[in-house]
Amino acid sequence: MRIIVLVKEVPDTYGDRKLDLETGLADRSASEKVLDEIGERALEVAISYAESHAGTEVVALSVGPDSVPTTLRKALAMGATSAVHVLDDALRGSDLTLTAEVLSKAIERTTFDLVIAGNLSTDGTAGVIPSMVAELLGVPHATNLGSIDISESEVRGMRTTDDGTMEIVTPLPAVVSITERMPDARFPNFKGIMAAKKKPFETVSLSDLGIDAEAPVPRSIVVAVAEKSARAAGVKIIDEGNGGQQLADFLIANKLA
Amino acid sequence: MPASRLMVSEEADDIVALARELATQKLAPRVADDEKQAIFPRDIFALLGQAGLMSLPYPEQYGGGAQPAEIYLQVFEEIGAAWASVGVGISVHALSCFPLANYGSEEQKSRWLPEMLSGDTLGAYCLSEAHAGSDPAAMRTKATRTEGGYLINGAKAWTTHGGNADFYTVMARTADTGGRGISCFLVPADAEGLSAASPEQKMGLTGSPTATMNFDNVFVEEARRIGAEGQGLSIALAALESGRLGIAAVATGLAQGALDLAVTYAKSREAFGKAIIDHEGLGFVLADMAADVESARATYLSAARLKDVGRPFGKQAAIAKLVATDNAMKVTTNAVQVLGGAGYTKDFPAERFMREAKVMQIFEGTNQIQRLVISRDLARAS
Ligand SMILES: Cc1cc2nc3c(=O)[nH]c(=O)nc-3n(C[C@H](O)[C@H](O)[C@H](O)COP(=O)(O)OP(=O)(O)OC[C@H]3O[C@@H](n4cnc5c(N)ncnc54)[C@H](O)[C@@H]3O)c2cc1C
Repeated sequence: MRIIVLVKEVPDTYGDRKLDLETGLADRSASEKVLDEIGERALEVAISYAESHAGTEVVALSVGPDSVPTTLRKALAMGATSAVHVLDDALRGSDLTLTAEVLSKAIERTTFDLVIAGNLSTDGTAGVIPSMVAELLGVPHATNLGSIDISESEVRGMRTTDDGTMEIVTPLPAVVSITERMPDARFPNFKGIMAAKKKPFETVSLSDLGIDAEAPVPRSIVVAVAEKSARAAGVKIIDEGNGGQQLADFLIANKLA
Repeated sequence: MPASRLMVSEEADDIVALARELATQKLAPRVADDEKQAIFPRDIFALLGQAGLMSLPYPEQYGGGAQPAEIYLQVFEEIGAAWASVGVGISVHALSCFPLANYGSEEQKSRWLPEMLSGDTLGAYCLSEAHAGSDPAAMRTKATRTEGGYLINGAKAWTTHGGNADFYTVMARTADTGGRGISCFLVPADAEGLSAASPEQKMGLTGSPTATMNFDNVFVEEARRIGAEGQGLSIALAALESGRLGIAAVATGLAQGALDLAVTYAKSREAFGKAIIDHEGLGFVLADMAADVESARATYLSAARLKDVGRPFGKQAAIAKLVATDNAMKVTTNAVQVLGGAGYTKDFPAERFMREAKVMQIFEGTNQIQRLVISRDLARAS
């Protein structure tokens, strides 16, 4: 089985995350770049399946700038079999539709049985890429899985929503996305880092994928960006014997109770 | 802010990144509590061992990582920046493996080294005695010949990991010929007659147990003697040459941690209507701290590069240990100053950093002894 895991380089949540107010893009120099944690969890699902199922190939796929190889190397060090990096200047600031198109073309090119992604990236937080990719690939999708069971012919899992949980099952090939309920990813180790050097690593451009980023199709463009306004001071409740009542009044007034 | 490093290769970058990731995610959340309660974090060493970071300096064929000093020392530094006791611990473990890895016979190495480098075991190094610290040639612990091996009797003071280690690399006297009468032995923790006294109550580095190891007729088979009889002190001193680079790296990490804390605090703390970092008098204190950290790093890396190409590096290692640990003492003392009253409380790690820095000027040769090594080298050089 060939599993493709979508991974993304994102600014580290430990640092300040900033938008470049000129371009409207994430200011990538503002913080360390890391492999998105949810993508690591997706990778963990694939690698642990591969460990118990000989003949499974795990391909880490990422679209992004020239710093991406560092995070893809981490995916290889954790245990992915090979990595594909889609790198193209024309992808700067690409919107969701273009990103989904690029991913699906890269997936088709590699061929696949299963695509695993995180449900939501820590930086973009759009949460729709897995479904869009499935749509473009013409395969079923099972998104927001909090548990997952992969077999030769299908994937089964629990999706948790605000209203409850549902068990879903889809035949392969398919696209699934997982949530933070899935186990933490393993850390790479020294042996993995050394082995990563020798694993296949492919860099592909948009023309390799037959995509024209300038094609006259509808795209979303950023019209304006602005710094998030500073947070206003909160309400301070001073307890003079009636603190409890004041708290309750506050919660009621704000429809929190 | 992570240190800005120029690494020799992508995988070197990845190895140091792994150390930093483990340090921030696994070590940093635990350090304050464990140090406060004097808990020895044995499981953290297991974690680092599984990651392959406990055996980086030694050959691949015995399970090591075969990494140059330039790389593994930066791993030590990242670990030391998060938790000094653990940084010292991996450095002492490397020190304890040094004699076998460098002076053991092929047979000895294949018999014991793989386990020592597996990441599952932890080593200790027994050189100092109560009356013989700076002057190890004055040691009295004896190894007397007996059928098939030796009987060791005496007491080894100040053993880092004492009572918790899986193996002990021990220097003991085999002849009454001063520095030339000492031999080196690899003693397993379960050897009969080997016991640890209760650990020292220390000023800092409380998560790292330090204990006197008592040897009461401890039998050691002849095959466990490393090198020739009488070669022990020179083996011990060679091990310390490399060990000092480890301590220099850990001290640099400690200083970096103190600098990071001080800078973060100084940006958010205000006095006289502005952040204290914007008062020149304090900003310059921070600038000096940054200069001390960078120069410590540059000094140990420069010594490491000499070691990696096989050139003599004893003087440079002594200079690195001296500069890095004296700088760490200055930087951590100033970190307390930058935090003001808060720095003097146990609510912030600044005071702990200061206590941890102090011991770095003392062990693996006091900084007076480093000056002795340097000045002797100067006197010898033509
Ligand atoms: C926490 C901790 C962990 C340790 N871990 C280990 C370990 O794992 N294994 C091990 O073998 N040892 C270990 N040691 C011992 C350490 O290496 C010694 O404490 C150190 O070498 C100094 O020896 P001493 O304490 O006997 O001091 P002394 O030798 O008594 O020195 C006292 C003072 O005199 C100065 N002095 C001595 N000789 C001279 C001289 N010729 N010129 C100028 N000044 C001089 C010293 O610099 C020092 O200031 C550890 C010590 C500590 C505190």
